[in-house]
Amino acid sequence: MEEKLVSLKDVTFKYDGQDRNAVDGVSFDVSKGEWLAIVGHNGSGKSTLAKLLNGLQFPGFGSILIGDMELSEETVWDVRKKVGMVFQNPDNQFVGTTVQDDVAFGLENLGVQQQMMVKRVQDALNKVKMNEFLDQEPHHLSGGQKQRVAIAGVLALQPDIIILDEATSMLDPRGREEVLDTVRELKEEKILTVISITHDLEEAAKADRIIVLNQGRLYREGTPDEIFHLEDELVGLGLDIPFSVKLSKSLREKGVDLAGSHLTEEELVKDLCALNSRI
Amino acid sequence: MRIELKDLEFRYQMNTPFERLALHDINLAINPGTYVAIIGHTGSGKSTLLQHLNGLVKPTKGSVVIGDRTIEAGRKEKHLKGIRKMVGIVFQFPEHQLFEETVEKDICFGPINFGVPEEEAKKKARIALKLVGLSEDILEKSPFDLSGGQMRRVAIAGVLAMEPEVIVLDEPTAGLDPRGRKEIMDMFYQLHKDQGITTILVTHSMEDAARYADEIVIMHQGSIFQKGTPFEIFSQPEQLIEKGLDVPETVRFQLKLQKELGVRFDHPCLSVEDLAGEVKRVMERGSR
Repeated sequence: MEEKLVSLKDVTFKYDGQDRNAVDGVSFDVSKGEWLAIVGHNGSGKSTLAKLLNGLQFPGFGSILIGDMELSEETVWDVRKKVGMVFQNPDNQFVGTTVQDDVAFGLENLGVQQQMMVKRVQDALNKVKMNEFLDQEPHHLSGGQKQRVAIAGVLALQPDIIILDEATSMLDPRGREEVLDTVRELKEEKILTVISITHDLEEAAKADRIIVLNQGRLYREGTPDEIFHLEDELVGLGLDIPFSVKLSKSLREKGVDLAGSHLTEEELVKDLCALNSRI
Repeated sequence: MRIELKDLEFRYQMNTPFERLALHDINLAINPGTYVAIIGHTGSGKSTLLQHLNGLVKPTKGSVVIGDRTIEAGRKEKHLKGIRKMVGIVFQFPEHQLFEETVEKDICFGPINFGVPEEEAKKKARIALKLVGLSEDILEKSPFDLSGGQMRRVAIAGVLAMEPEVIVLDEPTAGLDPRGRKEIMDMFYQLHKDQGITTILVTHSMEDAARYADEIVIMHQGSIFQKGTPFEIFSQPEQLIEKGLDVPETVRFQLKLQKELGVRFDHPCLSVEDLAGEVKRVMERGSR
């Protein structure tokens, strides 16, 4: 039986002075240990949803359950211990003057004892493989390293859930890989449940499940396979499809005898090789 | 207007303990009306290179020729304003630089700063707005009431209103969704074609470089590792991969398939369409 960690019911939110709901009647659950990707065009409501999930905003209607707690102004501080967030801009998330000070910041706020704090900071930095950078100043780090430190800052607080709010969108391809590899390991070691808000569809393809938002509403929900089968429909929403899906589609249109869509390049190479040996 | 970098070297914080060599042995000529993509890892020197293109920094050795002006190492430079009018730079996240009360004032700021009378600057603002695909009814709005994509276009219009002959784009699509990315890239390509603006694109995206550029310059550890047409560059993808650089996803896939099938395609495929056609051809040839 899968344990539900997050549960949204009819969540609706409108910014002051706007006519349209930024998030409009959205319901979904997140299971423990899952990697959920939330995709959508700019302005589809995905960042607002992220803010609602850790109480930076509160829904005007509907409810958000984190574990067994309903998110409200009374529970927000307890909820934030369970939900950590990594934001888009690596340069906006540093508060400490050194890497270890930065990771310790959240713990200091919670009044964790010094000895315990040192240990947790070390552990967190080990997990993101930044333990050699303890006394480095943040501006000496690359974007990918900065985001890994931000993840360590979240880990040190030992939350159940990490929300990545376009956390890789400002990084170069190498930095993006570094961050995603880190998150993947944490997820595989069952340390964290991951909610990743992104428009990088190559990244979403690796998630367990994808939710597509469009104009504040939940447009589709499914496995990457199911979602990327929508092909042109996604493009119509201002999104894209992963390269292997695109190529597979183009090959089929040209009359190459492939059975279905291909979510990864490896599958496509394999199928093409099989096809080639048959003819 | 031609730009040429000759034997250029740049060191940060020269003659201090923090001295660091950022660029060396750079020789690069950019002919008028071309579209050049500059590619490289973070820290490869591409941002430092672009700052030389309109005199934001001066070389510590060598020279930069911009039209009829030469910026030489060790010489005091005056009147760099003229250069900055000719070479417009669109920095990363240009919308962060919006500051005026209205869109119109923001776009007019550059031209007025360069001495254009207000009425004329307003005309230029309208033209620039049209070039970036926005309608005139946003002129009186606050730039901060616009959507992210619109803000970026307004910021770009502010650069275009100065009517530069050369436009330098530093990761112009960072943070945009796929549709927004394509719209902005297509817009710059159209400007390049229609207005003949020399375009220099600094990017991480090998796909964009392959799709839009006439010439690609690959930076590695502060110097130029390779330059050539996309076709030339990606004909030898192994060299790039060896240096830890990316290749377009089409080329990457082509390499994998070539290896598995034990065949070799006759050319690097730079679009999905082309790749699919080649794959089909290779497989049919195999069946004969």
